[in-house]
Amino acid sequence: MATKTSSFPTARALWDAVPRLSSSPETRPRPVRRLPVRRDWPTWVVALVQIAILIVFVGGWEVSARLKLIDPFFWSQPSAIWSTGVIFFQEGEAFADIAFTFRSTLLGFFIGTTTGALLGMSFWWSSNYARIMQPYIICLESLPKLALAPLIILVFGMGLSSKVAIATALTLVVSTLTAYAGVKAVDHDQERLFYSLGASRWQVFTKLVAPSCIPWIISILRVNIGLALTGAIVGEFVSSQHGLGRTIIYAGQTYEIPLVWVAVFVLSALSMVMYVAVAYLEKVLRKGIVH
Amino acid sequence: MSSQSKLVLENVSMTFQTDGKPFTALAPVNLEIPAGKFISLIGPSGCGKSTIFNIVAGLQPATTGRVLIDGEDATGLIGRVGYMLQKDLLLPWRTVLDNVALGMEIRGYKMSEARARALPLLARYGLGGFEHRYPGSLSGGMRQRAALLRTLLVDQDVILLDEPFGALDAQTKARMQEWLLQLFTDFGRTVVFVTHDVEEAIFLCDEIYVMASRPGRIVEKLPIDLPRPRDRAVVSSPRFVAMKKYCLDLLHLAAPETHGDLAA
Repeated sequence: MATKTSSFPTARALWDAVPRLSSSPETRPRPVRRLPVRRDWPTWVVALVQIAILIVFVGGWEVSARLKLIDPFFWSQPSAIWSTGVIFFQEGEAFADIAFTFRSTLLGFFIGTTTGALLGMSFWWSSNYARIMQPYIICLESLPKLALAPLIILVFGMGLSSKVAIATALTLVVSTLTAYAGVKAVDHDQERLFYSLGASRWQVFTKLVAPSCIPWIISILRVNIGLALTGAIVGEFVSSQHGLGRTIIYAGQTYEIPLVWVAVFVLSALSMVMYVAVAYLEKVLRKGIVH
Repeated sequence: MSSQSKLVLENVSMTFQTDGKPFTALAPVNLEIPAGKFISLIGPSGCGKSTIFNIVAGLQPATTGRVLIDGEDATGLIGRVGYMLQKDLLLPWRTVLDNVALGMEIRGYKMSEARARALPLLARYGLGGFEHRYPGSLSGGMRQRAALLRTLLVDQDVILLDEPFGALDAQTKARMQEWLLQLFTDFGRTVVFVTHDVEEAIFLCDEIYVMASRPGRIVEKLPIDLPRPRDRAVVSSPRFVAMKKYCLDLLHLAAPETHGDLAA
């Protein structure tokens, strides 16, 4: 203590002796800034701009196809796509195709997510089992599952089940890994509390581990619906008698480019509907379970 | 070992192997706690307070020794004591009522029965109106109350409290201490309390065990002969101040390494 007090004036003198950094306005202009203000446009303005972009895009496409700036055979044009779309819905198998793709996507989504979640949570039961399985799970994750599509078609046939199988394969691994991450994130003290109350392993699993994993599983739903749709479409590409994926392949091979576009647009509409539905499901589940 | 002792520790010790060398976390400890007493363990960090709790709660095997509850060997058995950790550990997806009922549910009560038992207690002990709220919307003090009621409702005679009020602000802490004393009087359990706060220990307890580290051990047992029920004013009485001074001196001696730091 004594040495510190006596050394203080020396340190202070040293401080004063060191030349200060120049701060005169000529040599170093000090930037004068205000906090940036963000001005949000009203919603109707935003919507108007969005619609305007769409009109310019569609109009530009139509005009440049008519003026032969782009080759209308390969690129098609909105008017032709529209009339093809009307025919597709009136005479074609539009609803059968949509239903087929929709069904295989949803089935793959549910089977993959549920099985994956259960598999991921099962790793909680034994760390030895989890350690043994780890390299295989990593292997499955890195495996390009779509590359297996032709094989899956051979095994499961050309019908619905092969599309469901591919969609399941895509969603299963992600769900497993996410649920396992949830298991690993369970608070160790929380587990100790359960055991101090005299809980059995099964009680810890059902009352602590499974509920803790639910938010993790919910968070994967939106990713999985997209993956399931991709799986179903690829399955239809490889071999199928129905579905929007088959329509795209068929129309492409017969150079019916407007029909390709119709199927693509219907597909994105389907994808958006499912995404919104899953996002809504997620919101309801979060509100009901997580708080 | 007298027959009325509720909790007895016989030569309980804990030794780890670190880098091939044995490290004694807890030197053999002997404790005899009579039924219905409120006792405190105080000491520097690393003195083995939490080790004792873990061994008594059956969450950690002891290297040597036995734990007896009501004269029965309870070494390594879980669910024989109520154990409250420092964190409240309320489940965020359960309402306050269902959190408080958790212990009973695990012991095999029907959920409806567990809720029916917990509900009047929530109202009586300051959680009235919060039964159906989720823990996320509760203050720190409220959460600790819920956690403590959960511990009490498992119907165990011995309750271990590991710094339950450590994370609370001073005013909330004082209110919680008075609340805990009321609970102690009403329920008549045997309480073992761990704290860093000497004043808290003296205010709440019948006996204080002062511990020291390296190896973790009990160095002194101090009877606190303040009459109950205790009022907050007792903390400024000369008797209280003298006991506090003595405890602090003991703790100072029990922590030689801090001693060294101050001298440097």
